[in-house]
Amino acid sequence: MSASKLTELSLAEARDGLRRKDFTSVELTQEHIAAMEAGRKLNAVILETPAKALDMAKTSDTKLSTGDGGALEGLPIGVKDLFCTKGVRTTACSKILGDFTPPYESTVTQNLWDAGAVHLGKLNNDEFAMGSSNETSCFGPVNNPWRNKDKETNLVPGGSSGGSSASVAAHIGVAATATDTGGSIRQPAAFTGTVGLKPTYGRCSRWGIVAFASSLDQAGPITRTVRDSAIMLGAMAGHDAKDTTSIDAPVPDYEAALGADLKGKKVGIPKEYRIDGMSGEIEALWQQGIDWLKDAGAEIVDVSLPHTKYALPAYYIIAPAEASSNLARYDGVRYGTRLEGENLIDMYEKTRGAGFGAEVRRRIMIGTYVLSAGYYDAYYLKALKVRRLISDDFKLAFEKCDVLLTPATPSSAFAIGENLDDPLAMYMNDVFTVTVNLAGLPGISVPAGLDAQGLPLGLQLIGQPFGEEALLGMAEKIEQAAGFDARPDVWWE
Amino acid sequence: MSVDDKTVHRIARLARIAVPEEEIASLGTELNTIIGFIEQLSEVNTDDILPMTAVVETEIKRREDAVTDGGYVHDVTANAPASDDDYFAVPKVVE
Repeated sequence: MSASKLTELSLAEARDGLRRKDFTSVELTQEHIAAMEAGRKLNAVILETPAKALDMAKTSDTKLSTGDGGALEGLPIGVKDLFCTKGVRTTACSKILGDFTPPYESTVTQNLWDAGAVHLGKLNNDEFAMGSSNETSCFGPVNNPWRNKDKETNLVPGGSSGGSSASVAAHIGVAATATDTGGSIRQPAAFTGTVGLKPTYGRCSRWGIVAFASSLDQAGPITRTVRDSAIMLGAMAGHDAKDTTSIDAPVPDYEAALGADLKGKKVGIPKEYRIDGMSGEIEALWQQGIDWLKDAGAEIVDVSLPHTKYALPAYYIIAPAEASSNLARYDGVRYGTRLEGENLIDMYEKTRGAGFGAEVRRRIMIGTYVLSAGYYDAYYLKALKVRRLISDDFKLAFEKCDVLLTPATPSSAFAIGENLDDPLAMYMNDVFTVTVNLAGLPGISVPAGLDAQGLPLGLQLIGQPFGEEALLGMAEKIEQAAGFDARPDVWWE
Repeated sequence: MSVDDKTVHRIARLARIAVPEEEIASLGTELNTIIGFIEQLSEVNTDDILPMTAVVETEIKRREDAVTDGGYVHDVTANAPASDDDYFAVPKVVE
């Protein structure tokens, strides 16, 4: 097979090719390493691990030659730098972690290596996953492989999993791991024309993933097809005694759930997602999605999620509050860089002042404020109550339907620097996605079309708890109807 | 609600984050904008609503109170910026 072909394959195609012995994992991995090196202008990979990848590929080839091998045997993937990888530098893209090299492996990545996956490298993200544009990383911004019609301006790949989305869109890896606290898998997937799946809270172990907001964080895959997402989730998910919030329930065969008939399935359309100032393009795309699912046999029902408007403000209390607590561990004592001070407190303050970037400092300060004496009830407790109302809205809606269909983002990808000075404008990127995290539900973003600038747009499906199978089945129907095969022009090589 | 310079100093101190004096005013403005945004929640009637602390209702898991793993003291201190004899080293706190 010619040099350019192997990186063209989807995860499922590459898997099947390896099993048929059309090519070896070493060949497949070498071509992806070449794509990774040629794609350095994207700044998607912040630590390349080619030697490790080739070692793992050789092991996979031995297994494949005897017909053994796991679900992902020999497939080269990238790992978001939020996942601790044993012996491989892990920084959460923050200066404060310095050259931290974990002596342990996160459960999700261990599951992937146990399934035979090959580790290509660590992927860029917003610092501690706080951001919607991948501009807050201490390694600098990631460039979206897509450019708009002027072809000059670099666009953001979304965040916080921007390295994951850009690397998959640029065919650097067959898939990538990602995490989603308020939309950090689905929004970057929408901005790069890829598929992003945020599983039900508890479906994947959080053990060994650098914590942002523990009651919201969940790991999931970014891939190029819905089938690939199903395969990746199957390998990532599972009960883990090391994470008490991980759910002790069997992992279904997600790939086998694809191709299900939509007849009799009900798709809810939440009227509150038709927000003020919504662009005509987003509205048209949403209608298109409704028509596609109707044509596939689903019934469309109108539903109401009355507290939607309060999801973002509740999120921007709960997430910073949990972050301020989780990030208290970065004190210059146990890991990372240290700035010396006159005494212990001075050392903490100098280390944290210099080690955290502006957005992380801002969120820790908000979290500290809403948890401080006199404000705890007014902000934090209030937000937890509103969170229940948001969750109850979904429970009521799901009495009428199986899944919900919404836009994934309010717009397509924007230019690097465009929203940096306006935190609220940046936060609005997650307006369609945060509700899902607050309620702990699964959600998926599927590429559904291009806007007038030639940039990808995504549709989001929201499922019931542990309803990933129905979600993937429905997502596949949108994928088939959309026939999304647009590709960014390769400008980065 | 308006965050003044004194409050910014107090939050920075509580958060153990050194903020340069010249950034205090602009940080106060940013915090005010965000706090103004989150204050929308006061419109919502939450009387008799229980706070939601977990999205998946589960029983608290219990395990036997026994050592299952351990003995990695060198691994634990391996990433420390300063350590001595497998202890974390910090500036003197007791004279």
